[in-house]
This record gives sequence, C-alpha cells and structure tokens, in this order.
Amino acid sequence: MAAPDGRRVRPYLATRGRTRPVQDIAIEALVSTTKDGRTRGADPEPERERILRLCHSPRSVAEVAAIVSTPLGVARVLVADLETEGLVRVADPHAAFAGSTEPARNLSVLERVRDGLRRL
Amino acid sequence: MAFVDSEVSDGTQADQDALSVKIVVAGGFGVGKTTFVGAVSEIEPLRTEALMTEASTNVDDLSMLPEKRTTTVAMDFGRITLADDLVLYLFGTPGQNRFWFMWDDITRGAIGAVVLVDTRRLADCFGAIDYVEQRGIPFVVALNAFNGIQEHDVEDVRDALQVGPEVPFVVTDARERESVKVVLVTLVEHAMSLIQQG
Repeated sequence: MAAPDGRRVRPYLATRGRTRPVQDIAIEALVSTTKDGRTRGADPEPERERILRLCHSPRSVAEVAAIVSTPLGVARVLVADLETEGLVRVADPHAAFAGSTEPARNLSVLERVRDGLRRL
Repeated sequence: MAFVDSEVSDGTQADQDALSVKIVVAGGFGVGKTTFVGAVSEIEPLRTEALMTEASTNVDDLSMLPEKRTTTVAMDFGRITLADDLVLYLFGTPGQNRFWFMWDDITRGAIGAVVLVDTRRLADCFGAIDYVEQRGIPFVVALNAFNGIQEHDVEDVRDALQVGPEVPFVVTDARERESVKVVLVTLVEHAMSLIQQG
C-alpha cells in the first residue's frame, strides 16, 4: 500500500471504533489511567488489568509493552482500546502540538530538556 | 522510584499531562548503546519487542502465506524525569541494521540521535549515519572510548565517516554518567542551533 507521496503506509489493524490507527500512537506517548479506569472493578483480561494498574503513574507505550511483556504492536492495540473506552488517557506528544511546532522542534522545550540534563 | 505522579489530579485534565520527548541512541551491534542508556536512565533499561510481521508486512498479503513467519526485533530504552511535567526517553535502535522499519517508529518526532561509534569497527555505524542524514534528523557522533581515543584522531574519524564539519563529534565513555550527559547536552544544543539557523 503506497501513499500518494510514495511512502509506505502502515497497515491499519482492526480499528473497532478507535479514533486513529494504532500505529500513530508514539512509542513515547504517556498513558495514564483515568478516574473511570481507577474506580471500576478489575478488568477480566489480565493484560488490560495490568495496564490499568501500571498507569496510575503515567508510563510510555514502550514501558507498557516492556512491563506487561507484550510486543509493541499488541500494547498499542490494548492501549488504544482502553483509550476508546475512556479507561486511560494517551498524551501523545505529537498530537499535543498539532497545529504548532512539534516538541522536538520547539526551542523552549529543547531549552528545558537541556537544562534538565545539566541538572542531573 | 521518582516519577511524575498524577495522583494530585482526577486524571481527566489534559493540561496536566506531562510532555514526553525522546532521543535515539543508534550504532552498530555491541557498540554500547544499552550501556549508554543505562548510564543516565533512572530505571534499569527496559526491553520492548516488535514483531516483524506486525509492522513491516501488509497483513492481508501475509494471511495468504501458508506459514506466517515472525521475527522479533528488540530495542532497549531508558527514562529520565527532567521535571514534574517533562520526561525524556532514550531509545536504543535494534543492533541489526536490517530492521530499518523499526527505526521509523523510534525516530519519529525525536529530538535527534546519538550515533555511537566504536572506532575499531567504524563500518558498523555507516548504516545509522546514512539513515539519520537522509531523514534530516539532528545527530552527533559519540566515539565510545573503549581504548583511549586521542583528540587528534577525532578529525581522522570524521574524514573516514565522511561527516561534515557541522556535525558535533564527542569522545565519550558510555559507562560514565557525566560523560553521557555531555553527549546528550551536545545533541540538544545542536538541535537547537539547527532550528535557530532555520
């Protein structure tokens, strides 16, 4: 499958009502469990339940995959489904800057990263 | 473990989300990428895996094959909480260069890349340098000083790698936290200067 500009387009996995293709979720996007996700009972699916518990503190999609021991693609699908159900929020750094400069090209973000690294 | 804690909010306000950014650590197999990440990460480097079939092949085409073959591609990464609302991830690229599809995922939206080089095996980093140059990703070259690199050797390495004078070269020791910090700061400053130059 090729886009008009010739780049390869990644295949969409089954979307099941998701608002975006799961491959668009950045590996560093932070996942956090919402109030709904915290207050409802344990999820019958162990992997989903582990993600909901893990993300009481925000974790990247990559961390979710590593800690829950699923391949990255599977973690993306699980996270995207939980997001659709309102159980987690996904803070995608690229989406957050939609319409403006993405964070990696934003001078004030880079200054904060530089200063933070110096303070380590 | 010190990390951003969302307990203070009800977890629904988007404006309280931390921002996450990333830097890519590239280089040949065994050059010390995971050591480099581990030197500054606040967590033991984690390993995440992707399946070749899920990312590189058209699912429909694959389903017609009698046997689905999957290759696992692993990458190691670490995390540095820079502020309450700012987290930096360091992603190592898969060692084997044939897994280029994975690089697109890792580098998308990255601040830039550190290309880690073992001067005894220079050719191992050619693929990484080609990749970041072709995609216009800001990068610095970090010579991992396993065997004590002299300052005058650095320009020889630059010549050998055919990298222009605008790209910073740094001698580093991937085991040393302070040394790794210097490399990362150099990369961020380089990325900033590229933006300022337009």
